[in-house]
Amino acid sequence: MLKIKDLVVTVEGKTILNGLNLEVKPGEVHAIMGPNGSGKSTLANVISGKDGYEVVSGSITYQGKDIMEMDVEERAREGIFMGFQYPVEIPGVSMNNFMRTAIDEIRKYKNQEPFTAAQFLKFMKDKKELVGLHDSLAGRSVNEGFSGGEKKKNEIFQMAMLEPKLSILDETDSGLDIDALKIVANGVNTLKSDDNATVVITHYQRLLDYIIPDYVHVLYDGKIVKSGDKTLAYELEEKGYEWLKD
Amino acid sequence: MEANDKKQNQDKVLNEVANSDYKYGFVTNVDSDTIPKGLNEDVIRLISQKKNEPQWLLDYRLDAYHKFMNMPQPDWAHLEIPPIDLQNIVYYSAPKTKPDKESLDEVDPELLDTFNKLGIPLEEQKALSGVAVDAVFDSVSVKTTFQDTLEEKGIIFCSFSEAVQNHPELVRQHLGSVVPPDDNYFAALNSAVFSDGSFCYIPKGVKSPVELSTYFRINAANTGQFERTLIVAEDDSYVSYLEGCTAPQRDENQLHAAIVEIVANKGAEVKYSTVQNWYPGNKEGKGGIYNFVTKRGLAKGANSKISWTQVETGSSITWKYPSCILMGDNSIGEFYSVAVTNNYQQADTGSKMIHIGKNTKSTIISKGISAGYSQNSYRGLVKMTGKAENGRNFSQCDSLLLGDKCGAHTWPYINTFNESSIVEHEATTSKISDDQLFYCQQRGLDEEQSINLIVNGYAKEVLNKLPMEFAVEAQKLLSISLEGSVG
Ligand SMILES: Nc1ncnc2c1ncn2[C@@H]1O[C@H](COP(=O)(O)OP(=O)(O)O)[C@@H](O)[C@H]1O
Ligand SMILES: [Mg+2]
Repeated sequence: MLKIKDLVVTVEGKTILNGLNLEVKPGEVHAIMGPNGSGKSTLANVISGKDGYEVVSGSITYQGKDIMEMDVEERAREGIFMGFQYPVEIPGVSMNNFMRTAIDEIRKYKNQEPFTAAQFLKFMKDKKELVGLHDSLAGRSVNEGFSGGEKKKNEIFQMAMLEPKLSILDETDSGLDIDALKIVANGVNTLKSDDNATVVITHYQRLLDYIIPDYVHVLYDGKIVKSGDKTLAYELEEKGYEWLKD
Repeated sequence: MEANDKKQNQDKVLNEVANSDYKYGFVTNVDSDTIPKGLNEDVIRLISQKKNEPQWLLDYRLDAYHKFMNMPQPDWAHLEIPPIDLQNIVYYSAPKTKPDKESLDEVDPELLDTFNKLGIPLEEQKALSGVAVDAVFDSVSVKTTFQDTLEEKGIIFCSFSEAVQNHPELVRQHLGSVVPPDDNYFAALNSAVFSDGSFCYIPKGVKSPVELSTYFRINAANTGQFERTLIVAEDDSYVSYLEGCTAPQRDENQLHAAIVEIVANKGAEVKYSTVQNWYPGNKEGKGGIYNFVTKRGLAKGANSKISWTQVETGSSITWKYPSCILMGDNSIGEFYSVAVTNNYQQADTGSKMIHIGKNTKSTIISKGISAGYSQNSYRGLVKMTGKAENGRNFSQCDSLLLGDKCGAHTWPYINTFNESSIVEHEATTSKISDDQLFYCQQRGLDEEQSINLIVNGYAKEVLNKLPMEFAVEAQKLLSISLEGSVG
């Protein structure tokens, strides 16, 4: 589904990712761990197509296609979803309207009939229940005045609404209490299927108690320096990242 | 995508849109009765004569004209106004087939067609439900719909010229009572040469069952439009009034200098909404309407209320300050505005709230959105006179900048002569952030849609004040006005 080869990325001349390789197949859950500043968000942003990153060399293919020339929205419509580490506020735009607009676009892109108002409301209600999003949040402006936990839950809600193939969740667990963490994990687990894949970016092991990854990768100095299964996460928890230095 | 590509892409979109047509830019071919260009006493006498006006009205015009001749054009606004040659303007132009208001059959089909194209069907069976329309084409009113429904309630809604013929005493009593002829340069010009407009009278205790709407259309070349609207709401009455306007796309500028006067008596409420979409000129700033308008409401009686809502997207220059004089105790004034400028448009707009009565309240919410090379200014005055005990004002003036070549300015003036009154002013300036755009695009919206969504969200507080029929149109208009203007 996603194949990243020897990816080198610079930001304002500074090399952030330096020969990164990663392959994600449908049905898999990958965890990417690494200390602060190691390039985790950069990776997520580059896959999503955000401005300001220069891909110096290497390639990213998604569903067999080179995505480097695709706009952000085209990648999104093709099923790439990013859960933001810091979701932004959009004053005056209700979650309802935001999701309606997004889903209309994605359905149009896929040559699907638009939802009727009734279909949409039903769909939205189901997804809200799925991720335990409070009704009143959906009527409010996008992320405006949401608590940290509400913002993260709202990211999972949007993921449920947009039904992506590849979800990259950037530190969706940070700042969450245990209950919120469980809700987020439950959302991810419920949405998991054989056709979609999830990349969970985190630097705490505790999320991985609730979302069981098939693979754990350590991102360090712009590279994946070690990959393993879930036990690698425990090892990191115990020993930190220093032992991976050389 | 790299930053450079992105920039190029933005420029491309911007160009495409700037080059695309103003949807209302067509010209209607009708035979017109047009008087020669120029401004002088004879022209004023001729206009008055064509309209078969009583002597007092001619005197009113001539008095205004003489005052006008001694007034300089104001230059305090943050606007660059090219010289306007008043002698090169036609002050009266009317479609020749004088429409008989009883029957649409006698209205020139070209005219009906024009209003159909503008989305304002005048045939009663097709008319917007719940909205009575007075259609003004160049200098005269073409047709007023729903007359019968209104007459049953005793509501008078007709063209200004008809009101002069049929209700001269009402017109004479109120004309100029809120905006005197020498109020300002453009008001004086209007008072001398105004051609037509709408008149609306709501009797005591009557709540208008429909929205009243005037639709203004400038068609003829070199013609100024000087319309006059007078709304009188008697005790405990209510009316919601809508105003829309468009003009053909022409290279030369055209002058529009209008006056709207509102009188609200005891307990009366008047809600006045405008969607101003005059031709804004092309992307280089050529052509477009000069929009110099005086709008003022007198909240005369106790507990009366006047509310202005405007969505300003058109005109190359806008000079406009819908105001409220809060004379009655407990009276309320409101001003909700969205002003969008793009390309080389200039807008200097805002409101005046003059508190005179006790416990009077006013609210000003202004949202300026600037793009391209445009200049967008908020200018407002809040005045608490010595008698305005416990007067309250809240003003919120926000500016949103798209791009870095445009300007946004805020000039709030506050005059307080009363210790018990409270005036609050808040102002913000913001840009659409890259992070907001990325967030929307990551959810599948393209750049244009993302901007539309963010801008509409920004203006929502004001758009929500518009009647339903207008809100949808206004939202679309915002999108059209800003297409391609990415920062
Ligand atoms: N826009 C930017 N401009 C300059 N430096 C950046 C930018 N974005 C990220 N960086 C730098 O890149 C490195 C990786 O950042 P990031 O990907 O956010 O790490 P992580 O998510 O793993 O904490 C950091 O050193 C950070 O300072
Ligand atoms: Mg990060």
